[in-house]
Amino acid sequence: MTDASLPAPGVQNAAPARPRWQVLLVRPETGTLLLLVGAIIVAANLSPFFSDLRFILESSTYYMEFGLVALVLTLVIISGEIDLSPAAMMALSACVFASLFQAGLPIGLAMVAGVATGAALGAFNGFLVVVLQLPSIIATIGTLTLFRGLSQVLAGDRSISGFPAWFMGIDWRTVGIVPYPVIGFTLAALALAVLLGMTVWGRQIYQIGVSEIAARHAGVRVRRIKFGLFVAMGVTSALAGLLTASRLASVRYDMATGGELQMVLMVMLGGTYIFGGRGGVLGTFLAAWLLVIIATGMNVANIVVTSQLVVMGLLLIGSIIATNAIYARTQR
Amino acid sequence: MTALVSARGVSKSFAGVEVLRDVDLDLAAGEVHALLGENGAGKSTFARIVAGVHRPTSGTIALGGAPVDIASPVIAQSLGITLIHQEPISFPDLSVAENLVLGRSAGGPLARVPWAAMTRDARRLMDVLGVRIDVTRPMRGLSIADQQMVEIARALASDARLIIMDEPTASLTPNEVATLFTIARRLRDEGRAIVFISHRLEEVRDLCDRVTIFRDGARVETAAIGALSDAEIIRRMIGRPHQDYMHKTGVAIGGVALKITGLTRRGAFADISFDVRHGEIVGMGGLVGAGRTDVARAIFGVEPADSGTIEIDGKPATIREPSDAIALGLAFVPEDRAVAGIFRSLSVEANITAAVPGKIAPRGFIRRAVEKTLAADAVKRLRIRLASVRQPIGELSGGNQQKAILARWLMTDPSVLILDEPTRGIDIGVKAEFYDMIGDLAAQGRAILLISSELPELLALCDRVLVMSEGRLTADIPRSEATQERIMSAAVPASAGAAA
Amino acid sequence: MIGALLARREVGLIVMIALVALVVGLIEPRFLTAETLRIVTLAIPLILVAAMGQMMVILARHVDLSIGAILGFAAIVAGMIFRDMPQLPTIVGVLAAIACGAVLGLANGLVVTTFNLPSIIVTLGTLSLYRGLVFLVSGSKQVDPQFIPRGLISMSQTSPIFGIPWIVLIAFAIALATWAFLGYTRTGRQIYAIGSNPVAAPLRSIRVTPVTLFVFTLSGALAGVAGVMYAARFGYVNPGITGVGFEFIVIAAVVVGGVSINGGVGSVLGVTLGVIFLGMVNVALPILGVSAFWQSAIYGAVILLALVVDRTVRIRGAAALTLSRGTA
Repeated sequence: MTDASLPAPGVQNAAPARPRWQVLLVRPETGTLLLLVGAIIVAANLSPFFSDLRFILESSTYYMEFGLVALVLTLVIISGEIDLSPAAMMALSACVFASLFQAGLPIGLAMVAGVATGAALGAFNGFLVVVLQLPSIIATIGTLTLFRGLSQVLAGDRSISGFPAWFMGIDWRTVGIVPYPVIGFTLAALALAVLLGMTVWGRQIYQIGVSEIAARHAGVRVRRIKFGLFVAMGVTSALAGLLTASRLASVRYDMATGGELQMVLMVMLGGTYIFGGRGGVLGTFLAAWLLVIIATGMNVANIVVTSQLVVMGLLLIGSIIATNAIYARTQR
Repeated sequence: MTALVSARGVSKSFAGVEVLRDVDLDLAAGEVHALLGENGAGKSTFARIVAGVHRPTSGTIALGGAPVDIASPVIAQSLGITLIHQEPISFPDLSVAENLVLGRSAGGPLARVPWAAMTRDARRLMDVLGVRIDVTRPMRGLSIADQQMVEIARALASDARLIIMDEPTASLTPNEVATLFTIARRLRDEGRAIVFISHRLEEVRDLCDRVTIFRDGARVETAAIGALSDAEIIRRMIGRPHQDYMHKTGVAIGGVALKITGLTRRGAFADISFDVRHGEIVGMGGLVGAGRTDVARAIFGVEPADSGTIEIDGKPATIREPSDAIALGLAFVPEDRAVAGIFRSLSVEANITAAVPGKIAPRGFIRRAVEKTLAADAVKRLRIRLASVRQPIGELSGGNQQKAILARWLMTDPSVLILDEPTRGIDIGVKAEFYDMIGDLAAQGRAILLISSELPELLALCDRVLVMSEGRLTADIPRSEATQERIMSAAVPASAGAAA
Repeated sequence: MIGALLARREVGLIVMIALVALVVGLIEPRFLTAETLRIVTLAIPLILVAAMGQMMVILARHVDLSIGAILGFAAIVAGMIFRDMPQLPTIVGVLAAIACGAVLGLANGLVVTTFNLPSIIVTLGTLSLYRGLVFLVSGSKQVDPQFIPRGLISMSQTSPIFGIPWIVLIAFAIALATWAFLGYTRTGRQIYAIGSNPVAAPLRSIRVTPVTLFVFTLSGALAGVAGVMYAARFGYVNPGITGVGFEFIVIAAVVVGGVSINGGVGSVLGVTLGVIFLGMVNVALPILGVSAFWQSAIYGAVILLALVVDRTVRIRGAAALTLSRGTA
């Protein structure tokens, strides 16, 4: 029993609202945007390639796959959970798709099966978190290992390929100069931004993240929404897996290995709060492009891919610390 | 009698609200001293200040004549002051013996843990106390009574001079209480000071030498226990009668809106039956921990009951989740506003409209204009003081936050409204506004269940007062017969035996 | 009494290990030979050593995902010292590796404690960061077998006693030391206390931050030891291979060994048995003709299963608590 005489915190007279410009300035997305602009300026000075929009777009397709998943992951993290298994779900659903295709199933059906697999894997995560009430951060470490392992069981160390021409090379197909994956990513970001920012459903995701108990008291169906988010993670991961398969024209069990880092990084770099309740899709969208610029910049500057790992790791840690500091300041 | 601990002018404010006012109190070695008072009267706050959990806003505490700064529980311990919580602090995965030693052992980081000596000492302590607890077993799974014994043993091992027990008997059986008292008496006879916080007057009479009564954050009286009758103690706890609130008048009481039959949840409450009619305000009194909040949470589906039925307007209701309850026309303003009520970082308007997604977003898309209008109307109607409805609700004062939560539920146009301590931590002026609003709501034909620990509030507002004690309904008092004394004597368990 | 004994994870693990040996032995008698025993014992030292570190981290209610990368970093540093400074005695490389591991572990701990961040996310970042450092430091070049000192390699071949290789003895010595540390020193018990009730720990004058830093440092140092063992056992160090995915094996071994992910519960014996169990399964798979591709899936399943068991045990424990309140 807590002290009955303890009044709830926040007993003070009505404080004036912060001026609008100040509110905008402390938004972490603003930081992401500034970083993006800065990166573009630096990169443009570094290499003439960067004046070429076409070049940036072409080199972005690799990140669009992770970016797509990171958009949904943003919602999951806002709701106060996390999913570390999406890269493994990409691999497993792609392996299911490729194995079925190889076994003679029409490719259309195989794609449907791949996406259905993603939904099932997401539902499994949802079951562990919502029904068995395991902490998602550690449960999805388990499923990450399990799903990656099952991909290996399914595909061995083979590389499955031989897909029809229409399926392959989606990253080379464009509308004007914009590759399909970029269009897909942008549309998805728009759709999710609308969903998160303008619908009741999005509002309830924030409410769950701010206070799950208060959300339940206000009649929000917390478990249903969380389960839905995990299923959405699975489906999106499966779609991203298909995109990767199309880009690489082949499927291996180690597809997108380590991708969870890139996805979490995009969400964190976009200013979403690791403890939930704050953040947005716009930040993740900007952060994905920031990563495109940084990675492409490093490629152009002949910094080897492997040492980019250092940069990614530092960025992840730096962005959580910065986001935390910003929210701690405005939390009070 | 020489004072072991002397408090002089001790006051404490939390975020500007004064909960303890200028308390002078001496605790003597060799006495068991009871602290009595209503919920929120300040007795627990005082105990926590002495034990270093809170620091006083002003005032001094002297130990054996020398002023001390009890800045933390660790310092309190080193001064020989131990607070035994109702649910004791423990490390459930460690053994009883280790829990006894932890934090007291000397030596560097790599100092060897003397298991054999530790176990031997622990056994000896248990023997001294006369309790049989296997000291090698983990704390996890130990009964509350046994955990308290371990805490007492800890206090003995560190040679505590003052042992404060905060409602230690709340979850004990009569036998356990008897054991505890035997030990407490022995500790007293050894010359230690014991502070005993309890609501059970019979226990206080049984054990204590002196009693201090708190009311509204101030010390009212300190006396030898024999000097006061039960009635006198209760009168001092409730103090002057408040008559400043107006009861609603001329409201027709209609049919039964909410009917509860045999509601039971193991470990929380048993066999609760009552009803609330349209236009009626039914109060629910009792001490903290009596199970009132649990009943409300069960009705609203936050934590459904194991058995029993709920009927709404004569129709049986199945409520598994709060969303079911809301659909049936129920509303619930929870006691713990900071955790279960507000969404701290979200805007006032989002908070106010949280329970009516259908109104602000008929087709799923939120209409900001509609939302703003609805929220602004509510703000005006309930006179919520704020700078903007787009402001995070966490920036408002407690009273205005509470008004916003009430506004949220009025949006759902509920036929049954459950209010759990709706005026806790709220300024006097705003309280009066709440009372008016509650009266108005009943006048609109809504059924209201008002859970409150403030007796004047119950007496002024309610048509009937239900009283709960230790998980059971102990009284149903009509307005004409309701007095503070009657409510209090139904709320205070006659003795520990009544619970078993 | 028997029930209490059976409920102990250690007993369950011994039964499971025996069961695996029996079933696999029945199907394939080749399994029950001294040779298998030798393979199993050689498969476990790295995991055992790293598991001791990870176990302490999890006991304190944290997780360290970066140990695979730390292992890689320590191994490459040792390997490069062996290769580029052959005049130095072997022990210099070994100590350098352990020191590197300790520093990287300390860095994890500093970020986690200073900013109060979830350790899984922080170490997900350092996992990438440290792996990147491995590539940077090594110039992405493998340290080839001919540069690894013979003395070191012979550690996994020669034996001072009963034909048990040095490397195995060292691993068990470390496990023994961990057992003594966790069970019999003040800091060891404080690690349990912090994991068991982090809020109450400061109330019992436990200094949570230094202990947490120490635990992360030790975990890093032990991953460093495992890095040296890697060089001794496999005879080469490859920046892109050494230690990759190692963290999941170790976490699986720790949780299957009965360490609660909520901290405060777990024994060195349990974790050791968990490591042996996983080692047995690994050796049994190819003998049974099951593809080695199942390994990772089994680790994942084992982690999830252990989490579910842990949760069930805790719910039961809580139920017992409320029950005893009413009936005591």
